[in-house]
Amino acid sequence: MPGHGAAVSLYPRLAWYGFRRHATYWAAALAGAFTNTVFGVLRAYVLIALWQARPGLGGYDVAGAITFTFLTQAFIGPMQLFGGGLDLPQRIRTGDVALDLVRPASLQMWCLSEDLGRAAYLFVVRGGPPALVGALLFGIVAPHAPAAFLVSVALGVVVSFGWRYIVALATCWVMDDRGLGVLSMVLTTFFSGLMLPLAIFPGWLGVLSRALPWSAMAQVPADVYLGTADPAPALGFQALWAAVLLALGALMTGAARRKVVIQGG
Amino acid sequence: MIRTYALLAWTWTRAAAQYPLSFALMTAGGLVVGGLDVAVIWVIFANTGELAGFGLTEVMFLYGASQLAFALADLLFGNVDKISQHIVAGTLDVMLIRPASPFVQVAADRFTPHRLGRSIQAGAVLAAGLAGLDVPLGRVWMVPVMVVSGIVIFAALFTLGGALQFLLTAAPEVANAFTYGGATLTQYPLSVYDTRIVRGMTFALPLAFVNWQPGLYVLGRPDPLGLPSWTGLLSPAAALALAAVAALAWRAGIRRYRSTGS
Repeated sequence: MPGHGAAVSLYPRLAWYGFRRHATYWAAALAGAFTNTVFGVLRAYVLIALWQARPGLGGYDVAGAITFTFLTQAFIGPMQLFGGGLDLPQRIRTGDVALDLVRPASLQMWCLSEDLGRAAYLFVVRGGPPALVGALLFGIVAPHAPAAFLVSVALGVVVSFGWRYIVALATCWVMDDRGLGVLSMVLTTFFSGLMLPLAIFPGWLGVLSRALPWSAMAQVPADVYLGTADPAPALGFQALWAAVLLALGALMTGAARRKVVIQGG
Repeated sequence: MIRTYALLAWTWTRAAAQYPLSFALMTAGGLVVGGLDVAVIWVIFANTGELAGFGLTEVMFLYGASQLAFALADLLFGNVDKISQHIVAGTLDVMLIRPASPFVQVAADRFTPHRLGRSIQAGAVLAAGLAGLDVPLGRVWMVPVMVVSGIVIFAALFTLGGALQFLLTAAPEVANAFTYGGATLTQYPLSVYDTRIVRGMTFALPLAFVNWQPGLYVLGRPDPLGLPSWTGLLSPAAALALAAVAALAWRAGIRRYRSTGS
C-alpha cells in the first residue's frame, strides 16, 4: 500500500504547513499580541480592585488573579477564543468543501492538524508578549506544574478546535455563519473564564460554567498553571470534552457529506 | 458632506434590509455581546458591594454613558478602521478619484445599521443607572452633553486609528487597542486604574472626558486626583481638540498615501 506511509506523515506535515502559513503573517500576530496585552493591563486593574475589596476571592490571591488575567489573554490567540481560525465556513459557502470531502483523508483530522500548527505558532507569538508584559508590570507567579501546563494547553487547543469545527460545519445547514460566529464568541468568551475567573461566578452559574466544555479552553489551563486545580482530574476533564466534541464533529462530517451530495455539490 | 454620508448610509441600510433574518440576528447579536459586559459587572457586584469606591448603579451609569457614546461612534464612523482593507484591495484609489470626501466614503462604506443593537443595550443600562441614582435636575443636562462629547472623542479615535493604518497596513489590529481599548477602559470608574494612567487619560489622550470627569460632575463626587469639579464641563473642548488632531492626522495619512498600483 503506497498510500499508507504517506498517511502517517500527512498530518504532521499539515501541522507544519499550518505553522508556516501563520508565521507568514507575523506582523498581524504581533499586532494581535499588542492588543491582547493592552486589554490584559486594563482587565488586571479591574481584578486588582475587586481582589482588594475581597482578598482571597475564589481561592486566588491578588498575584494569582493578575496571573490568571495575563494567562487567559495569552490564550486568546492559540485557543482562538473569539472564534474562527478555520477556512471551513468560507469553503462551505463557495462549495470548495466538496473537494475537501472527496480527499482520501479525514476532513476533521486534516483541519485539526492545520489548527495545531496554527496554535503552536500563536502560542509563542501571541501568548509570549502578554505574559512577558504582565510579568514586567505586575509580576506574575511561576508555573506550578510546567509539564502538566503544556499538556493542558495542548488539550485546550483540541477542545477549542473540536468546538470551532462543529460551529464551522454547522454552516452547511444554516448557510449564514456570522450569526453562529457571534453566538459562539459570546459562549466562549464568557464561559471560558476569559472575562472573569469562573471560580467567582455565583451559585449554580459557577457550577454549570465549570462543567461546560469552554472552561477547558482557558480556566482549566490557567488553574493547572497556578496550582489551583489538581493536574490529573483537570487533564482528564479536558480529554473527556476533547473526545466528546471530536466525536460529535465526526458525526457531523458524515452528515455533511450526505448533505453536500443532496445539494449536488 | 452630510448629504453624501446619509445617501451612502441609506444605500447600505437598504442592502442590509434585503436579508431581514440576518439583520435581525446581527442586531440581537449586538444586544447579547453588550449584555455580556453587564453580566461581568453583575458577577463583580455579586462578589462585592463597591469597586474602587463606586457602587453598582454608579458603575452602570458610567458604563452606559461611555458605551452609548462608543456604540454610536462605532455605528457612524467605526468603518474607518477598515481603511487598511481598502488600501490592500486598491479600493481606496477608486474613492480618491470620486468627487466626494474620502473620509465620508470610508466611514459610510458597508454602513452596518445592526450596530444600533449595541446602542440600544448601552442606552438601557444608562437609563437604568440614572433611574437608580438621585441626580439633581441642575446637573442632569450634563448627561446628553457627555454622550455627544464621547461620540466625538471615540470618532476621533477611530479616525486616528485609521490614519495610523496608512503606516501599519499589515497590522491594522494595533488600532483596536486604542478604539476598543478606549471603550473598555471607560467601562469602569477610572479610580480602578493607577493614577499615572488616569493622568495620561486626562492630560494626554482625553479618555477621562468621555464619562469620568463629566460623570463625577453629574454624580457630585470629588475627583480623586484633586481636580476642580468644573473639569467635567471641559468635555466638549477636550473632544474638539482631539477631533482637530485626528483631522490633521487623517489629512497627513491621505497625503502620504501611495497606491499599491493594483
